[in-house]
Amino acid sequence: MSTFKTLLSGRSRALVRWEFGLVLLLIATMIFGANESKYFLGWQTFFFAGLNFGEIAIMALPMTLIIITGEIDLSVASMLGLSASLLGYLFIHGWNIWLAMGICLIVGILGGALNGALITILGLPSIAVTIGTLTLYRGIALIVLGSNTAQGFPVSFTKLSLPIAHTHIAWDFAIFIVLALIFGVVLHSTALGRSIFAIGLQPETAFFSGIRVKRIKFSLYVVSGLISAFAGLLYTFQQSSSASDTGLGLELNVVAIALFGGISIFGGRGTIIGVVLAVCVFGSLQASLTAINVSAQAQNIVTGCLLLVSVLLPNLTQSFSGTKRKLQRRKVVGT
Amino acid sequence: MGASIFKKTKSSSFLLKAFQLREMGIVIAIVLVFGLALIKNSSFASTASIQQLLSGPSVVILLAVGETLVIITKNVDLSIGSVLGLSAYVVGDLFVHHQEMPIWIALLAGTFVGLLCGLINGLIVAYARVPALVVTLGMLYIIRGVDALLVNGRQIVPSSIPNSFINLGSNSILGIPILTLIAGAAVLIFTYIMRTFRPARDFYAIGSNTEAAVLAGVRVQRRVFTAFLISGALAGLGGALWLAEFATVGSTAGSGYELNVVAAVVVGGVAIFGGSGTVLGAAFGALLLNTIDQALVASRVSSFWNQAVAGALLLVAIAFDRYVALKTERALRVDRFSSSEAK
Repeated sequence: MSTFKTLLSGRSRALVRWEFGLVLLLIATMIFGANESKYFLGWQTFFFAGLNFGEIAIMALPMTLIIITGEIDLSVASMLGLSASLLGYLFIHGWNIWLAMGICLIVGILGGALNGALITILGLPSIAVTIGTLTLYRGIALIVLGSNTAQGFPVSFTKLSLPIAHTHIAWDFAIFIVLALIFGVVLHSTALGRSIFAIGLQPETAFFSGIRVKRIKFSLYVVSGLISAFAGLLYTFQQSSSASDTGLGLELNVVAIALFGGISIFGGRGTIIGVVLAVCVFGSLQASLTAINVSAQAQNIVTGCLLLVSVLLPNLTQSFSGTKRKLQRRKVVGT
Repeated sequence: MGASIFKKTKSSSFLLKAFQLREMGIVIAIVLVFGLALIKNSSFASTASIQQLLSGPSVVILLAVGETLVIITKNVDLSIGSVLGLSAYVVGDLFVHHQEMPIWIALLAGTFVGLLCGLINGLIVAYARVPALVVTLGMLYIIRGVDALLVNGRQIVPSSIPNSFINLGSNSILGIPILTLIAGAAVLIFTYIMRTFRPARDFYAIGSNTEAAVLAGVRVQRRVFTAFLISGALAGLGGALWLAEFATVGSTAGSGYELNVVAAVVVGGVAIFGGSGTVLGAAFGALLLNTIDQALVASRVSSFWNQAVAGALLLVAIAFDRYVALKTERALRVDRFSSSEAK
């Protein structure tokens, strides 16, 4: 029992440290950026960072919950693409834009439900299933829109790419923050949230304590599909165009953000605030690297290194404290 | 029909039968797709078309062999697409500076680049014990970034590659494309190794139950490290062959390849959570996906359908594997029960 307690306190301490580290990193990148360019701390940086990262950040929220339950959803970017293509197709064919948007969201729900059904009812591994639906949904997007590009969306929608009136905040970012608040409350202060952690820590135990493991996992995939479809609509309006390759390959960025935010890939561990901080760090880092003329592709090196460090650091400290504990135990045995 | 297979007595034969069934299933699917396409378009069986069917998926097959080894050990290598891109550019750049470089040095250089990447992956995954998904995802970005720095907006163009090397990607020996011969050799060699040698059998042990493997004295870290080395090296070799096949390389060569390869491996019956599957199956999986692509083109179905069909097929393959696994498990349980009763 006492070991369990120390384990728990150790875990929460590590978490506090991780988010603290993210805050430090955020401040460091901001100081660096401000040093390099006097325009860095202006509202433009903030606005464009929000615009660039909005969709990825929004999709990272349901991804966070899914990874905490010990699963993964790699189909999010394809669902974004499918939703964008479908919106484009329906709009070109003269559908009412609101109706078209509604249909896209329903398709998102259905797509998420397919993922959820295959994973929970048939019991298939989520990584394999969602690689399959990644291909499938992107394929359907191709069938829907082919090599066409849909354009000419109403101005009242495409102005989503401008800041919110009278502020300098990107719509994406505002929506992300609102959603993050909702996800944060659900995850950290409801019974459902505790269940999600419990499922990730030990699915069998969760099942035998009366948690509806399958139902919760299924709903999370539905939410993920819905949010991804929504992100697709947002993306389309901001780009004022949509094509079947919209958002191609973004799924790995989404996973990277969640993991960098301190979510354990094994499930059962992580916080929404960590993911929000990770989004801010990535945004600030990208802006400051762009300020010193590092190409977008070369910035990948920094992204990758951060991801590696984010998993290596906790592991190293863990193995370090592990050897310390072993030494202590040896001492105890010795006496 | 399936039930009769599982009524045999010895448990080892159950597993063997299940695997054989699995590979036969893919071969039947390939033949079926081929036949259907042939009905629609008689030129699908022409020599040129068959050569294309064989050489098209060669690079993917090569990568799938390495990925299979990694997945059998319950890990995954997502960095192979980036490794392929880096290796293709490095070899191309070597040709730009040394026109007279022999072919075997070019292939060796590509393999070496891949080996280095695999070394880093393997060290971090096996010895620092970080989940492979995260490590190789990080490496996917890092290697692609390094590639972008090296390429720096330039491009390798066909005119700077010697003809002898480009011939490697387009010529054939006795009617069989050279690319197919190389990929086929890799499949045969690794099929033999994985069936015969004890260290290779360890891969399966690690994937089925890592803790049990540790307790049984398997050198888990060394084996996982080796799997990543091989995967990296084959991806590097694949990069060199990619250069021979397309002769044009920019900074995005091979991006997104990793998921195609994982898809081929999974269609080929390799369990994503390790412990079962064969190199041969993975190769057939890659062949099947490519055959479907080509068949759709030949049947004049819009090429936009390719991806959706491939995705649906992948889902069917995973579901089928699950079904076979459940059946095998049940049969094994009955088997064990009856044999203990007999005693």
